[in-house]
Amino acid sequence: MSQATLTASRARHTLAPWARIAGLAVCALLTLGPVIWTVSTSLRTPAESFDLPPKIIPTSPTIESYRGVFDQIDVWLLALNSTLVTALIAVGQMITAGLAGYAFARLEFRFKKPLFGLVLATMMVPLQVTIVPVFLVLKSMGLTDTLLGLIIPAFPTAFGTFLMRQYFLGMPKDLGEAAMLDGCGPWRTFRSVYAPLATPGLAIVGVLAFNYHWNEFFRPLILETSGQNYTLPLGLVSLQGNLGTGSISVVLAGVVLSMIPAVAVFVVGQRPLREGITSAGVNR
Amino acid sequence: MTNTQIPAVRPQQPVAEAAPAPRPSARERGTRLLAALFLAPTIVGIVIFTVVPIVGSIVLSLFHWNVIDSPTFAGAANYREMVNDSTVLVSFRNTLVFMVLAVALQLLIALTLALAVNGRMPVWLRSVFRSAFFFPLILSAASISVVMKYLFNQDFGLVNWLLGLIGIAPVPWLTSENSAMAAVILVYVWQQFGFSFLLFVGGLNNIPKEIHEAASLDGATGLRKHLSVTLPLLSPTLLVASVVGIINALQVFEQPYVLTNGGPGDSTRTVVMVIYETAFEQLRFGEASAVGVLLFVLVMAVTALQFRLSRRFVHYQ
Repeated sequence: MSQATLTASRARHTLAPWARIAGLAVCALLTLGPVIWTVSTSLRTPAESFDLPPKIIPTSPTIESYRGVFDQIDVWLLALNSTLVTALIAVGQMITAGLAGYAFARLEFRFKKPLFGLVLATMMVPLQVTIVPVFLVLKSMGLTDTLLGLIIPAFPTAFGTFLMRQYFLGMPKDLGEAAMLDGCGPWRTFRSVYAPLATPGLAIVGVLAFNYHWNEFFRPLILETSGQNYTLPLGLVSLQGNLGTGSISVVLAGVVLSMIPAVAVFVVGQRPLREGITSAGVNR
Repeated sequence: MTNTQIPAVRPQQPVAEAAPAPRPSARERGTRLLAALFLAPTIVGIVIFTVVPIVGSIVLSLFHWNVIDSPTFAGAANYREMVNDSTVLVSFRNTLVFMVLAVALQLLIALTLALAVNGRMPVWLRSVFRSAFFFPLILSAASISVVMKYLFNQDFGLVNWLLGLIGIAPVPWLTSENSAMAAVILVYVWQQFGFSFLLFVGGLNNIPKEIHEAASLDGATGLRKHLSVTLPLLSPTLLVASVVGIINALQVFEQPYVLTNGGPGDSTRTVVMVIYETAFEQLRFGEASAVGVLLFVLVMAVTALQFRLSRRFVHYQ
């Protein structure tokens, strides 16, 4: 191949770096666009919220819509419910996954392989498929339309268990052996040697649980029938239903409020979040 | 790796193990007890909230039950009914169409962006792009669909206004049977592509630099290099991304529920929406379970197909 044709083919098939970066910037803008629009519209007056082209920087920024949300729905109650549900599930999953992951990685007992197989197999079962019997089980326990009905079934986490098992397997075995020689029993070996090293793995489990359950909609929609037990996404969807298209900016102010904790976790915990999402594939 | 060190650390251990032990030692019993305690929350939870419900779904699908009266045995009636129920059939067709288009679009966008981000650029810029594409994943699908409902509004939505700038007439996104599914797919892909993107970025990082350099020396550049060198090496990631994408897409619910509530007509009604409506709005628990069982079989089939395909087409280095 002559030098000339080589250059020609190069020109045809490779984008100039600036063109590639410009293309990426446009895509990034399209990706963030709806979020930017949401924030800016929530800060405009209801009258301005229909304006096209949208004023990305509001001419007279106002937090009127945010007051409106607090007037129209009990944001504090929704936020409290969401926080309770999400925090308890995250802590619960860190405990169950940490303990079970350690047992599968470091303890010897009968039926270890089939039990671990059972845990792995449940990762493939979509929640939507089993929701009818899950609802009936919760009903028989008297847990429908309670926050506990959302929390308790979410404690066992197949993926979290899998992740923590990998995490404990990655720790040197000698540590435990040394502790045993020093006279530590199995519990002390776990408590004082391995558990303190597990924090980064537990952080992944916790951050993933937070992200998933803070945004969860399907289970709350089915389980929570009275408004006092609604979580934020449920409250927002019903807020939109009540208002129709009357005051966009009020609904969007609610959306922005509900995004704040998720964004905070995104900023603080982006690395565990990314690692968690990519290491599993199945993010539940 | 660590096994080689064990004899050095505890020389007497083999002797202790060789001794005939009709009863397990105190340490062994302690370990087993601890294991049982550690596993109990997870295993008991999984049995109650996953294993029993799977069996329950199958059993329920053989009964007629409205929760109030006592259940009556129906045999295969629910399945026969399902095959003749046009709403159920349409929901499966919609879900499959949605799955094919959404996953294809999602993978295409994610792969293109991952390759572009992988090219030469300042480190800070790369992390800005990476965060931007990943961002929609952290939002609630339900709340963001509320936002999207405004953006896709035919008369005052930003989407139609932008299209108007390039001379395209307003599209009745959410109110026409022809375009409602397109809107649902776009909203879904907008939120989900970041997931495949992250997988691809990770996969690309795992390809050794020397392979790219060798390919460039052989004269492969740009698109051709990607098609003949990068893609085959990325095939394990591609498989994972498509399987997870497919399984997630089969369960789509929030977007059509909020954007269109399944309409206009049944044009965006998905399988999970039918499960929800049949069980919790019409109180037909048996029929809903039958639909659930069929969806479960579909998901399992995809998973099984994954394992077969991966043996055939995936190139491991």
